[in-house]
Amino acid sequence: MSTQSIAPRSRKPVYMVLCLTVFAALAQIMMKYGATHYMPAVVIGDQRTWWPFVKALLTNYPLIFGYAVSALNALLLILALRDGQLSTLYPIISLTFVWVNLLSMYLFGDHMNLWKAGGILLVVSGVAILGKASETA
Amino acid sequence: MRVETPLSSVLLVLLASVIGSFGAVFLKLGAEPLRKGLKYIVNWKLAFGVALYVGSSIPFVMGVRHGELSVLYPMVSVGYVCTMFWSRLFFGEPITMPKLGALAVIVAGIVCINIGGR
Repeated sequence: MSTQSIAPRSRKPVYMVLCLTVFAALAQIMMKYGATHYMPAVVIGDQRTWWPFVKALLTNYPLIFGYAVSALNALLLILALRDGQLSTLYPIISLTFVWVNLLSMYLFGDHMNLWKAGGILLVVSGVAILGKASETA
Repeated sequence: MRVETPLSSVLLVLLASVIGSFGAVFLKLGAEPLRKGLKYIVNWKLAFGVALYVGSSIPFVMGVRHGELSVLYPMVSVGYVCTMFWSRLFFGEPITMPKLGALAVIVAGIVCINIGGR
């Protein structure tokens, strides 16, 4: 490596985005739960409907967790983007999709099939190519 | 189990992914000053980027409220394609064959997982 005229870039931004994808998958599963949480109708002109809505929102823990993790992910992405290229780092976020599918299998008892397995292999390959491309880009 | 996915949900998730791609552009713009030190983390570009990034989850949540994640989630790949163009347009990052190839492989993979999820 020391003989190369151009020093390879650090892989750190890529690893940060890889971490982010695991968190993002958890956040999305949580948001899906949060979206089906009971929410009372709110009428802007009717103050009596405000409190039940706010109360339901503040006790919608899956949704709150989802947003909190998204905010943390934004911070991770910012620090990764500071040192890496947007065009190589951003598509790596697609790995989130792989985790969501694997988690869905565990949580909702979905079965693995040839399409899913092939698709997961393709996404992982694409991410690997981007990881490699980020070293020399 | 079979769940219908309405067109409005598809459009909401597409909107979310395009908003998210602009969020990434502003995060990248706002991340540049951080090279000089972490205290530069408070700047309007980052604030706007975070607002778009987190805000994009509003149409996403509205979209996934009705319909299947396995159908709606592949729409997010549109955001990756957009971001590749924005990187070239706003940051002059080269669009190379490995990047284009990887993007094509990823989108194909996401579509395959979608087919497998039906």
